[in-house]
Amino acid sequence: MNPLPLVAVAGSPNAGKSALFNALTGARQKVGNYPGVTVERHSGRLLLADGRPVEMVDLPGAYSLEPASPDEAVTRDVLLGKQKGERQPDALIIVVDSSNLDNHLRFALQLIELGLPTIVALNMIDLAKRDGLELDSRKLAEELGVPVVETVAVRKRGIPDLQIALDDMLSAPRCGVHEHAPSDLVRLQRRAREIATASVISETPVRRWTHRLDSILLHPIIGPIILAAIMFVMFQAVFAWSATPMDWIAQAVASLSAVVTNALPPGLLRSLIVDGAIAGVGAVVTFLPQILILFFFILLLEGTGYMVRAAFLMDKLMHGAGLSGRAFIPLLSSFACAVPGIMATRTIDDPKDRLTTILVAPLMTCSARLPVYTLIIAAFIPNRTVALGIGLQGLVMFGLYICGITGALLAALVLRRGVLKGRGGGFMMELPKYQWPPLKDVLLGLLQRAQIFLKRAGTIILGTTMILWALASIPQAGPGQKQSEVSIAGHIADGIETVVRPIGFNHQIALALIPAMAAREVAVASLATTYAVDAKSDEAAAQGLMPRLKARWTLPTALAFLAWFVFAPQCMSTIAVTRRETNGWKWPAFMLAYLFALAYIFAGITYWLARFAGL
Amino acid sequence: MNAHVQPETISLDQLPLETKALVASIDWDALDEGEACRLKHFGFDEGVAVEALHLGPFGRDPIAIRVGRMTVAIRRKHAGAVRVVPATR
Repeated sequence: MNPLPLVAVAGSPNAGKSALFNALTGARQKVGNYPGVTVERHSGRLLLADGRPVEMVDLPGAYSLEPASPDEAVTRDVLLGKQKGERQPDALIIVVDSSNLDNHLRFALQLIELGLPTIVALNMIDLAKRDGLELDSRKLAEELGVPVVETVAVRKRGIPDLQIALDDMLSAPRCGVHEHAPSDLVRLQRRAREIATASVISETPVRRWTHRLDSILLHPIIGPIILAAIMFVMFQAVFAWSATPMDWIAQAVASLSAVVTNALPPGLLRSLIVDGAIAGVGAVVTFLPQILILFFFILLLEGTGYMVRAAFLMDKLMHGAGLSGRAFIPLLSSFACAVPGIMATRTIDDPKDRLTTILVAPLMTCSARLPVYTLIIAAFIPNRTVALGIGLQGLVMFGLYICGITGALLAALVLRRGVLKGRGGGFMMELPKYQWPPLKDVLLGLLQRAQIFLKRAGTIILGTTMILWALASIPQAGPGQKQSEVSIAGHIADGIETVVRPIGFNHQIALALIPAMAAREVAVASLATTYAVDAKSDEAAAQGLMPRLKARWTLPTALAFLAWFVFAPQCMSTIAVTRRETNGWKWPAFMLAYLFALAYIFAGITYWLARFAGL
Repeated sequence: MNAHVQPETISLDQLPLETKALVASIDWDALDEGEACRLKHFGFDEGVAVEALHLGPFGRDPIAIRVGRMTVAIRRKHAGAVRVVPATR
């Protein structure tokens, strides 16, 4: 049987390509990765009028067939039939922005030269009209020599016409494809401008919305204030909106483990399911509400066109650390959770800029550190006022955030001068027109992010959970023995203890560090269990944890423990997502190594400084 | 034919805001391959109309520039490679 005809949707960035793709294929999309590169592949299915299915693929936006980013290289290779894991498309839909034909026709001309059956979608025709631009699509079709269909993808206008044109094209006999000869961009650009000018019927100059908005949002003083306000609202929302669903998930996990506990006889199997799978995966899934809310904002900022404005405002400051303005939002998001932050680095064109941003993102103080910080600060830092209503406890918390930020910026600088040396991609971005993205597209994007996190990261998370469980549960403790001491983890903790003793950590801390690989906050529960020798329930254990710690830890140890968690990469979701986003184990391994090294060094410095200071 | 008086050119990063200008020349050698490619992608070419619209809040960098019908942001350093003739008046 012949494979389905493959139709590629191509176009320059900001042509509304993905909106058109969504309008054509609906929610039935598959998101994967092209083999060997970290470029996402979106594919879907379209049914023609007579019910024949067509496979559609949404190619990354590109300005030309001469790539300036890995995304553009994939687009070129797919179109030339040279991309691994993709056959050459049978036909093309080229999406162009009606109000930016001068530029977008250059890529369109280059694609038409390839000789594949092609349709041009003259997209966002409504916005062109709003801007006073009247276009002649018949004249344009004549000049280009291919069918042109007027569309407004976000309102699904012109989609049926596009389907009819596609049907006609796929039914026509196919002619051969030309070899791509490196084209002269300047020649194509000049031809594009000629055609664009010829296609304009009339143009009434109007003051454009985008320019007016930019005068405010990019204003040297008002601009940064608005950016700060937007970020403030985003963070408020992340923490305020996520509290209730996080409780639900925690409750659901608790009742699920109760059900399983009652249904199964005590033993290894029950322990595997309850303490291993449910507890471990539950600890990670609890963060899903925060991840989704953050992504909602990120998608909204991207969809409206504000994201690049934020990058514009922050570029100079980020440049100082060897990063680009594009790294700002991903790094800021990492204050809530590094997972969406790392996934949002896809908007950074330059591979080295992107990798640096991924590697330093876990240094931003994420919300999973808060339970650890809160516990230790409450137990060891006296609740007194330093000056003018500034509390010492709050000051220490603030200091921990500053440590993380400073650490991230310094790490970025060092990485940029060492392993990730290079000039950097600079900062060259289009500032697209502002627009309100269709809610459906935002929700579709959100759904895809959630699936990626749960599916890709989920497999690694479940695997790691199982290993952590096995380490903690095998062999089983006999009567009178403590499980935490007898298990493999107990023995590993003995080994870890010798390593971490010089930085002031004791056996119980060594023991807590192992399960905390699942998520940092697990360290709290783990310490509680370890210290609660005869406490029957975790809750009772947690209530008694603070006085127990106070009695058993010295202040230098507590401070070293805080310093450890500023740096330590103890979060398997982050590791899993880094693996997915960098397409291999090399960079996650590097991340683990350098962050553990930093954690060890800084916990050690903190411990010994505190000792010498006589604390 | 008629002897042209060479018009005064300035570099794009010196162009005052909201002043229209035409690109006179671009020093492609001052840019690396990727940067040059991107500028071409944005439609930078001799004779194209440009206008500086906004400046970054820190160090007046980067610069938002209208080129043709689109607006792009580039760093001051890269804008320095483009010579323009400001519109008279």
